[in-house]
Order: sequence, then C-alpha cells, then structure tokens
Amino acid sequence: MAKTTSITNTSSRALSVAREWSADATLRLVLQVFAIALMAIIVGFFVQLALMAAPVISSMGVAGFLFDNNWDVAHEIFGAWPLVVGTVITSVIALIIGVPVAVSAAIYITEFAPARLRSTLALLLDLLAAIPSVVYGLWGVFVLIPTLKPIERWVASTFDFVPFIGGAVNGPNYFVAGLILAIMIIPIVSAISREVLSTVPLAEKEAALALGATRIEVIRLAVLPHSAAGIVSAVMLGLGRAIGETIAVTLVIGNAAIIGQSIFSQGYTLAAVVANEFGEAEPGSVHSAALIAAGVVLFILTFIVNATARVLIMRRTVKRVSVADKVVA
Amino acid sequence: MSVFIATSRRRLVTNVLIKSLLLAGVIAALLPLVLVIGYVFAKGLPAFSADFFLTDPTGAFFGDQGGIRSAIIGTFAIVGLASLIAIPTGIALAVYLNEIGKKSKLASGIRYGVDILTGVPSIVFGLFIYSVLVIGDFMTGFAAWKGSLALALLMLPVVIRAGEVSLAMVPTTLREAALALGAPRWRVILFVVLPSAVSGLVTGSLLAIARTAGETAPLLFTVLGAQALTMSFVEPMNSLPLQIFNDIRQPNPDLVTRAWGAALTLILLILVTTLIARFAARRNRI
Amino acid sequence: MTTTIAKKGMNLTVKNIQAFYGESKAVKGVSIDFPANKITALIGPSGCGKSTLVRCLNRMHEEGSSASVRGKVLLNEENIYGADVDPVSVRRTIGMVFQKPNPFPTMSILDNVLAGPRLSGDRAHATRKHAEQALRDVGLWAEVKHKLNRPAADLSGGQQQRLCIARAIALEPEVLLMDEPCSALDPISTQRIEELVLRLKKRFTIVMVTHNLQQAQRVADRTAFMLDGELIEVAATSNLFNKPKDSRTKKYVTGQFG
Repeated sequence: MAKTTSITNTSSRALSVAREWSADATLRLVLQVFAIALMAIIVGFFVQLALMAAPVISSMGVAGFLFDNNWDVAHEIFGAWPLVVGTVITSVIALIIGVPVAVSAAIYITEFAPARLRSTLALLLDLLAAIPSVVYGLWGVFVLIPTLKPIERWVASTFDFVPFIGGAVNGPNYFVAGLILAIMIIPIVSAISREVLSTVPLAEKEAALALGATRIEVIRLAVLPHSAAGIVSAVMLGLGRAIGETIAVTLVIGNAAIIGQSIFSQGYTLAAVVANEFGEAEPGSVHSAALIAAGVVLFILTFIVNATARVLIMRRTVKRVSVADKVVA
Repeated sequence: MSVFIATSRRRLVTNVLIKSLLLAGVIAALLPLVLVIGYVFAKGLPAFSADFFLTDPTGAFFGDQGGIRSAIIGTFAIVGLASLIAIPTGIALAVYLNEIGKKSKLASGIRYGVDILTGVPSIVFGLFIYSVLVIGDFMTGFAAWKGSLALALLMLPVVIRAGEVSLAMVPTTLREAALALGAPRWRVILFVVLPSAVSGLVTGSLLAIARTAGETAPLLFTVLGAQALTMSFVEPMNSLPLQIFNDIRQPNPDLVTRAWGAALTLILLILVTTLIARFAARRNRI
Repeated sequence: MTTTIAKKGMNLTVKNIQAFYGESKAVKGVSIDFPANKITALIGPSGCGKSTLVRCLNRMHEEGSSASVRGKVLLNEENIYGADVDPVSVRRTIGMVFQKPNPFPTMSILDNVLAGPRLSGDRAHATRKHAEQALRDVGLWAEVKHKLNRPAADLSGGQQQRLCIARAIALEPEVLLMDEPCSALDPISTQRIEELVLRLKKRFTIVMVTHNLQQAQRVADRTAFMLDGELIEVAATSNLFNKPKDSRTKKYVTGQFG
C-alpha cells in the first residue's frame, strides 16, 4: 500500500514538473510573439510611411522633393527645400545657444557643486524636460516673441552688416524657434553630459591634481579628454530632439514656406509643416503624401543623427543602458 | 622664502573666471524653468475657478466659452488607455530581454529597435497611426483610441528601457536561489524577480506617463479634438494639449487665458507625476 | 645604467594630523618625521589609515567630498596647511604616485611627462630634453624613445607606473609620496620600481605606503606601523621588524594578525 502511494506521489510530482516546464515554454513563446510583433511594427512603420509618401516622390522625384525651393500647395508643387533649410537653421541656432549652456551646467554640477546640491540641481534641470512642448509654444508666443522683438530690432539694425542678421524683423522667426529649441534640448544634453562626465575615473583626476593642477586644469587635462566623445554624442542626441520638435516650433516660426533672408525672418520646418498643414490636406492627395514624406525625411534625419550619437557613445566606456535611460527620461 | 612656488596669477584668475562661466551656465539653464513655470502660474492661476474645471468648452468665440472639463477627462482617458497598452507590453518585453532573450538575435534586434523608436520624433508616430488607421485602407476616421495607440508607441521604449534597467539590478544570486529550490522560471520571474524590481518599474512607467501626457503632435492627426465631454474611445476626444494648442491660435484674450489655465493644469499634473516617480526611484536606492 | 644627480632633500614633519571623512576619523592625531633623502615605509593592515595619512601630506585628502584635515605638516619648517598656502602649489612641490598607474591615457608618453612643467608654466623644464632625463631616471627611456608620441595607454602596467613616476619627478618636487606603487604590478615590474625608488632617494624625501612587509624591509630606511588610525611605532626598519617595542607591532610583523 505504502509503496503504491509513494509511486503515485513521485509520478504526480514529475507530471507537475512537466506542467511547470510547459508553462515556462508557453511564457517564452508568448514573450517571443510580443517581441516579434514589436519588430513587425517597427518595420511596418517605415514601410507604411514610405508607401504613403510614394505619390509625391513620383510627382517630384526624390531630389525635387528635397531640393526644390518651392512649396506651393495651391499648385501642388512640393519642393521641401525651404523646410529643410528652416529645420537646419533652427537646429543650428538651438545647438549654438543650448550646447554651451548645457555642457557648462553639466560640468559645474558634476565637478563643482556641493554634493548636497548636486541632485537637486540635476532634478531641476530634468524638470525642464517635463514641460510640454505646447506650453513652451504658449510661452514663446505670448512672452518670448513680444519681449524679444525690440531687442531683435536693435540687433538687426546695429549689426546689419553681418550676414543673416540685418533686415526686417518678424515677430515669429527662426531665432525665436531656435531659442525655444535650445531651451528644450538643454535638459537632455546636460543629463547625458553629466552621465558621461561622471564616468571619468577618479584616478585620472587625482593624477592631474597631484601634479599641481587647478580644478579647471583638472577638467582640461583629465575630464574633457575622457568625455569628449560622449559629450559630442550628447550634442547629437540633442540635435535629434531639435530636428523633430514640432508643436513649439510651429507656434513661433511663422509657418511661411520660404527661405528667410535673416535669422529674424519667418520660416518653416519639416515638422512644423506636418502639424500645420495636415488638416487641409485631402487624404490620398499629393499634399498628404508630401506631408508624410516630410515625416519620412524627419525619421531618416533623426535616425542618422541618433545612430551616429550611439556609435560615438559606445566607443567610449559609457554604458548604453544608462544613456538610453537618460534619453527617454 | 617659501618652499612652495606660488601658482601664477594668470592660472588662478583663469580658474576663477572659467568656474564663474560654468556657474553662469547653470543659471542660464535654470532661468527658462523659472520663467516658464513662473509665467504659467501667474497667467494660469487667474483662470482657475470652479466653472473652469466643471464645464466643457463651448466652442464659442464670444460670450460663454466654457472651461476645460472635457480636456482634463480626455487627457486622463487617452493617456490612461495608452498606459494600459504600453506598460504591460513594455514590462513583458523587458522581461523577455532581460530574463529570456538575453543575447539572442531577436533580443538584440528588439534593443536596436527600441533605440530607434526612442529617437523618433513624436509627430512621426502620429503620422504612422494617421496613415494606417485614420486614412488607412481598412480603417478610417479619428478616434481617441488611435491617439492612445500613438502615445503607447511613444511610451513603449521608455517603459522597456526602464524595465530592462531595473530587472538587471535584481541580483542574479536571488534568481539562482529560487531556481535552486526547484521553482520553474516563470514562477521565479513572477514571484521573485518582478516584485524585487517593482519600484524601478513604477518609476519608469510614471516617467513614461509624464513624458507622453503633454504630447500634442501625435494627437493632432489621430484624436483630432472635440468640445463636448465624451467617454467613447471610438470618437474624437478633447485633451489638454489639444485644447491649449487650439486656444493659443485664437485671437481672443479670453481664450488665451483659458490656454494658460489649461497649461497650468497640465504642468501640475505632469510635475506631480514626475516628482512621484523620482521619489519612488530615490526610495529604491538604498 | 642611469645617472641620478644627488640633491639634498627636505624634511617633512607631521604634527598631530587628524583626518576625517565626514564625522568619522580615519587618522587620529599622528605625529611623525620623514627625514630628507630617506625612504620611510608606512605599513599596517588595510583600513588602518596609512593611505589617508599619505594623502594628507600633499593636501589630496581634502579633495574628497566631506573630507577634512586638522593639524600641521611642515616642509622645511613651513606648514603646508598654513592660511596663505595654496594647495595647488603644495602638490606641485610634494609629488605623488598612486596605487594604480594613472597616466593620462589619451595623451602621448612625452606629453604625460611634460604635463606638470607645462601646467606650472615652467618653460625651462617643459622641454623634450628634460622629459628625456626624467624618463632616463626611471629607466624607461630605452623602451619608449622610439614611440614618445604614442598614447600612454599603449604601455604595460609596469611601464605606465614608471611613466607616472617620471611625470612626478619631472616637476622636480622635494618629496615623493608613493601610495602602494607596486600593488597592481607583477613581481618583475615591482623589482624594477624598488630599484628605482632606492636610486631616487638620493634626490627626494620618499614616503611609501606598502602592504608588503618584505618590500618595506627591502627598500625602507625607516618603517612606521599604523593601526586603527594611530601611529603605533616608528623605527629604523631592521629594528622595527626584529626588535619591535610594541606588542601589536610584533604581532603584525610576525604575521599574527592583519
């Protein structure tokens, strides 16, 4: 009797183990299906957008769409060059203003700020990223534009001999858009820079200190050579942000599909045109295709920029995980 | 004479000068935060009233323009549905990456895909949903759930990445201890690994929510926006970002005031979520 | 192999030094003399405060967050913690070599050696010739003379440590502090560094932290034993190892604890 029971017990345990194993296999399978589905969505994403953009490519050609300086909705001519130029100008302004601020702030916070203040300052900078784009746009339209206009006028008339500065000043313009973008990329650039700077080995900083270096010389000798590549990639990721930023820009750039004469002229960007014109575009029309094509160009541009940033950052010792973490936070 | 060779004046001055420039960088970086939040408070608070939160926008240009009730509820509904889609999916994928797929080809493919998704501008997600579900071959029309889907795509990489990081922080010894007791892997994941990583997962999810709650671009082409309160996910719906975006462009100071009030509401919601997320993260860091 | 010019060094006198990490005291009031042109070894179990003490001697300790120092360290009768003394100039005069070799990895070998003189704007010493002398002094010249412009990271661990010593002595310091300079190296590299240190004492006052008792016996003129942040005993090396006065020293040098 006793024997039989024990046998049954063993076999039932074996059975339950088998059931557990099949549960493991099921879990594995389900998760793999999830993973494959995500891959399919990512691939489908690109294919779908490319297909929808096809009509404008067949009417304009790739080069025509990218490089023709004529975006004329009424005549169904979609040369996106003014938008490409606007995207480049605003992004460059954003980098020129935002990067020095973001990187200096990151250096100060990691190298000089007292330990107790460090996390508070970092948190405050991160909060800058929590403000929605549309709120930056609101502030830009009703505060920044009117405040800046007299200053911009003065700069334009005083320095009118400098190329791209002189001339008429519009309220909404490339410069305001670039300034808002600068503010929006500061948190990401400085967060990643901070991350990169904090990986500089203490040993190298101490080496510089022991030679009688001042704190700034420690930064020049030990910190910057070690983190230069990482900071460049932080800048690239910021650039990716600036290129794709939509709502704030569309509110403060004037939405004129022309290439302005100075940084104080109205313009347009690829992202802004999509947000602004999709409502008027007839589904299936060339216009709708042109807007989707503008989205595809954005996708490709940001992809190139981000991929470059990643290559740069991976060459250095920075952990991929922590950086991606900052990108999304 | 001192045995110490004095540091040259030039070096000391440079040291102080550059240090001050770096500090100026901190101030310049924080200035916009103070200015933007300051203005939003100053201009948004006067808009606040019981009616502001309890009535829907009427759509009228003059007269009674209404409040932002439908926008607040719409934001909760759209972001809530997006979270319901993205958070479980994201955590499941994080579990796959960290516990099962590890270094397999599929897992590396997913990581690469997540990297790509992270950098995609939010408007492109909107365009994608628009082209497939709003003017697609099999489905047309604007609907709240389509906006949720766009936001979910935006949240997904954040949740996956944060999930992977917090799962990776669970010590391997803990897993091995459970496995050594004969527990099958799914039990180990469900009852040992996930509970240990819970605060990291909560933080990641809350940050994902905070990031997407303020998004406007992906909603423009998918949810479209509405005036009246609706609880139906298959119709266009109002939301705070859309309400702000539309009011900004009205040449009427009263509507602009409503935009400031809505902006303050949105910022408060996002800041609270962000701060909760940060503190959840800090408590975890022992 | 190399000619090292002899030079009269300076005495370093420590008077009641206390070192803190926040509230906790790592060095509890140590007074000790480091005579000129002698090698003094600091020994003791890990955590006894010997590294912290040596980092107080060139004002490196205070660079750590919430770290602080009390007491006096006199170099030729001048207090390095004096009110008008700049820590930067102290470190320039009292050189340091660390546990792990820490050359600037992206900088060339030559630039590493000249980093110190260049920093202090010392044109006379920021020359290739001076670098060559420093590299000869550490016995590295023959190995690197054909690749002076290669990054320092290309060198082996032992070579990197000798490069770090060359970098420290290129500044012509008065004192050389060495914090377990061989603990990351293989036996052959260790032997070369020990020979080098013995040559260098003709020019410098040397303080060397080591956890290796044999090493202390091989190179040090005097040895100090520390325990729990206190100096237990300091004596001529052979006396400390063979006729320790304190029972704790005896226990440690005979391998009964630590």
